[in-house]
Formats: sequence, C-alpha cells, structure tokens
Amino acid sequence: MNAFNTLERRTQFVGIGFVTPTFLVIALILVYPVVQSIVLSVGQSSVDGFEPYRFVGLEHYAALMDDERFWRSLSVTLIFTAISIPLELVLGVGLALLMNESFHGKGLARLAVLFPWALPTALNALIWRWMYNADYGLFNAVGLESGIIGEPVNWLGDETLAMASMVIVSVWKTSSFMALIILAGLQSIPRDLYEAGRMDGMSRWQEFREITLPLLKGSIMVALIIRSMDALRTFELPFSLTDGGPDSATETLSLYAYKVIFEFVEFNAGSAIVVVQFAVIFLLSLLYIFTLRHKD
Amino acid sequence: MANVSLQQIGKSYGGAVAVEAFNLEIRDGEFLVLLGPSGCGKSTTLRMIAGLESITRGDLLIGDARMNNVDPKNRGVAMVFQNYALYPHKTVAENMGMALKLQKMPKAEIEERIAGVADMLGLTAYLDRKPGSLSGGQRQRVAIGRAIVRTPEVFLFDEPLSNLDAKLRVKMRMELQELHDRLGVTSVYVTHDQVEAMTLADRIVIMDGGVIAQVGTPREVYDKPATEFVAGFIGSPAMNLMTMQSAADGSWRSNESQLVLPRLPGFDTKGANTIRVGIRPEHMTILDASAVGDDPWILPGKVMLAELLGADALLTLSVCGETMTARVNGVDYPEQGQQLAVRLNPEQLHAFDHDSKKALQV
Repeated sequence: MNAFNTLERRTQFVGIGFVTPTFLVIALILVYPVVQSIVLSVGQSSVDGFEPYRFVGLEHYAALMDDERFWRSLSVTLIFTAISIPLELVLGVGLALLMNESFHGKGLARLAVLFPWALPTALNALIWRWMYNADYGLFNAVGLESGIIGEPVNWLGDETLAMASMVIVSVWKTSSFMALIILAGLQSIPRDLYEAGRMDGMSRWQEFREITLPLLKGSIMVALIIRSMDALRTFELPFSLTDGGPDSATETLSLYAYKVIFEFVEFNAGSAIVVVQFAVIFLLSLLYIFTLRHKD
Repeated sequence: MANVSLQQIGKSYGGAVAVEAFNLEIRDGEFLVLLGPSGCGKSTTLRMIAGLESITRGDLLIGDARMNNVDPKNRGVAMVFQNYALYPHKTVAENMGMALKLQKMPKAEIEERIAGVADMLGLTAYLDRKPGSLSGGQRQRVAIGRAIVRTPEVFLFDEPLSNLDAKLRVKMRMELQELHDRLGVTSVYVTHDQVEAMTLADRIVIMDGGVIAQVGTPREVYDKPATEFVAGFIGSPAMNLMTMQSAADGSWRSNESQLVLPRLPGFDTKGANTIRVGIRPEHMTILDASAVGDDPWILPGKVMLAELLGADALLTLSVCGETMTARVNGVDYPEQGQQLAVRLNPEQLHAFDHDSKKALQV
C-alpha cells in the first residue's frame, strides 16, 4: 500500500496544512524583525543605502556600555516597572474583590472600571497631561483652591514628580486590566469553599488569606507576566505625556531606542538597544515560565 | 450532643418564601433526614441550622440555646457539603485540622485528633496528599473526617453522596450508618434520594414547596403517607393514583375509564364526591384472566409493557382502561399483550381528599 495513502499520513498532512499559515505569519511578523534587528545591531549601514552594510561585530553594544543615557533609560524602565506593577496588582486585586461582590449597579461599575483600559494609551496620556498642566491643570486648580498646596506644582517638570505622575497614569489605566484577569480567577473559586471556611470559623481576612489568595496564584502570575512585559516595553505613555523629560527622567528604553533610530537616524545603534531590551524581556519570560512550571 | 429545635422557622428572599413555619423537634442522637424534590426548601432549612443562611422568622435552638444570631463556628455544628468543599491547596491533614487550628488548639492535640479520625476512616495513608489526588469516595471521607474532628453536637449533611457513583454511594451509605451508630451524634441529612432516606433515617421529614408534608419513621411514611405528595414521592415505581367519583350505590367510578371499585372499607370519605385512590405497584396480585368473577376487587387487565429489572419485573397494565404499574416476581411473569386479572388488595389501598390532598384516615 502507498505510504502516502494511510489515514495517519493524511491526518498529518491536514495538521501541517492547518499549522503552516500561522507559522508563516509568525515568521513574517515576529521572527523576521527580530533577526533583522540583530543583523542591524552588529553592522553599520545607512538608510539611503549610500553606505553599504558592513559587519562591525559588537561595536554598537560596546558603545552602549559607555552611553550614560542608555543606562539611565534602562534604570528608568526598571524603576517604572518595579513601582507601577505592585501598585497595579494590589489595586487590581482590590477592584476584582469589589466587582465580585453582588450589589446594585454591578454591571455599570464593571464597565466603569474597564473604561481606562479601553481608552488608547496615547489618548489617556493626553488627558492626564492636561490635568497635570502647571498653569491650567485640574490638579493645581483643585489643590490651590482647597489650600492643599500653596503654589502651583510643576507635575511633569520635576524629575521625581514626573516619574510619579507617569506611574499614576499607568496604574490608573492598567489596574483595571489586572482586575479583569483576577476577577476571572475569583469567579472560578467555588462558593462552597467560603461556606466551609465559615463553618471552620474563618474571619473575612482569614478567608482571603487561606482561600482566595492561594487559589488566585495562577491568575496573579498570568497578570504579572503580561503586565511586566508590557511595562518593560512602555513607549506611548512617556512619548505622549512627557516625551521622556525632564532631562531623560522618564525616558524608557523603548523611547530612547525610538529617538536613536528615528531622530538621530542611527538604525544600527538603535537596533542594539532594541536587542538588549528584547534580551531583558526574554529572560524575564523564561524566569516566569520556569516558576510557573515548577509550581505544577 | 444535643437536641435541635426548630420553632416556626421561616425563610423568605424578598417576597419569595423558601421555607414556611417549620416546626420540628430533633431528638438528641437522632438521625433525621430531610427529603424532597429540588426547591422544596430542604437545603435552605439545613443551611439555616448551619448558620449559612439567616433565619427570617422563628427560633432555632440547639441544646436549648437560641442560635439565630450565633456564628456558624459557635453553634457546635459541622457540615459535610455536596461537593466536598475541601481546600484544594491544602493537604488532607490541613483540611481536617483547619477548624481546630482556627480555634488555636495546641498543635500536638490537633495532630492527635486528626490521627484518630484518619484511622477511623482509613485515611492515614493520605494525610499528606492534596484532595486533587484522591478519588471521590476518599474526598467525601475527608469531608466527613473534617466534620468529625471538631466533635460537634450536630452533624449536617447536604446531599453528601450525590456526587458518587452508584456502587460507591451504597458503600458510603453503610459507612455513614456505622459511623452514626458508633458516634451517636445528632445528624440532619438532606437528600432527594428516597433510598438514602429510608435506609439512614430514624425519622424522615418530607418537604414540599417549603412546608413539611409529613414527619415519620421510614415505615410510617411508606405505610401511611399523610398526603398524596408523600404517597407519590416515596416508593419506586410511584404509587398508582386514580381519580374516582362516588356513585349512588356507594361504589367508586373513574371518569376516565371503566374502572369501578366497591365501597372502600375503613376510609372516612366524609361524603366527598371525588377522591383520589392509590395502590402501590407491589400491592397488586396478578391472577389468571379466568379469576374475574365474584370478587369485586379482581379486575380484568392487559399487559401493555413488561420490563425485567432482574429480581423483579414491572408490568404496565391497562386495568379497565386505567393505566397502572404492578411489580411482580422477575422469574415468571406474563408477557406483553397477555390478558390477565389483577387483585387490588383492599387493606393496602390509600385514599386522599381530592382538594386538600390529605389522606382520608383509615
């Protein structure tokens, strides 16, 4: 019998047929850009093709090591991630717990919580930029009117305040995303566990500690992975809110890479930054995946 | 151990009444089963005793102390849930010891108690396992163990066997019975399974639409159902029930068929025009077709369907045009289409008021 005619072979062909389009799309939009960035980062060329591609090895990476602005953007990115994500997590869990209670107008409340997440980041940033505005902004107006602050605060003009302001916008927007994922996790916890807890004599806090939190671990991990990858790539928020200022205080890796590539038109040096960023995120993902697998 | 007293207990959700004026004295050490179809209020009643559901009206007393507003943990009750409700991330030992740990009992004493109960239930080898790695029967045993460890005054069971397969259910039922004999703790057990109710209960409370239809021993509810609902609910297959009209000569005739029954002995029909008459499938005697004659209780019939169950067979009969089910010996029974005679044993008849559905006293 012809080997290509067995049922098993045909099933395999069908399987390959289904997988191929996805594989091609991933190769095109994912693998190709990554490879292209790596190739660019170890060479020297010009956009107009005037200067042909020439392999330079790790020259651009070596230059990065001495680039203070690069180190600063890396630390800005890490600090931003390290501060905003724990805040988002705590708020997200809180919001999810609230949304999981039954009360009148629950549907409306859920919608309201999701609203910030639904808005495009760039639009969000513009709204907040106006509210932060030192001369016409909402915060200074309310602060001055109520006497909480004596004089206008330059929210986006001070290095520490600018970072804090950026964190606040990020938390405002993405806590709802955390809440959504954690709410899904909450709803998968059987109600009778809480009844068993009540019979056992648990207080509300003990219920949270002994039942809710342990059973939310999986959802929390997933939310953390998605959000920290997101935060390490943050671009739109500083781009629209502060343009990285003042004095690079809010310039993330993505924003710096963007500037090197499109403002300084240094494709090769910019690619080196992108590759470093890729490596950081990749390592973090491996760490998460390893921890998750270890848990099971 | 303690008696439990439910006095005029009621539960409403907004305007909807789930349980109405429930009165019951559960004796110390008694095994009481709440039986009824879904939505009859049996689980709600149990949950009110547990403290998981607030009591809208009336008083709940456990061991003479009013418990309406006491936290579940302080009522001296322990509950076994339908879906086990074990903490999936904790070991069997941690699950069993949770209540004691929360009571701040010394660790050594907790371990000692868990060891004792685990030994009793055959769980010693599983103490360090998580519930996820146990079979359904083992999980239910852990759930029961968790209740026993607390040495409660009252055990509450909420359909504890309904998630188990048929064979395991029978085994666990016997284990529960043994356990009750051994510990003698007052138990309230909710089920919709009449076999569980009949086998486990000292007394059965049959509920219908939020009210008690009858309270009695298994024998009483089977032999003397107080209402037509109880008559139809207890016994499988269900009791045959016919609507009969009184005739001038004292006999009873069906409107829908040619069925005629003689004067009913021993029932006080209170001059009613219409009553419901019932007979259980196992109280009908199958005779040869030629037996029809002088005895007015012997009626002609035809087998519409014969189903062998094993030891028994069920016959769906057309008796004077009335469809009835009879339970007969499974070894030698008439086949489909056969003409025969049926004797309804008059001393085993039931009669109910057509409107109130209450039994007409013998």
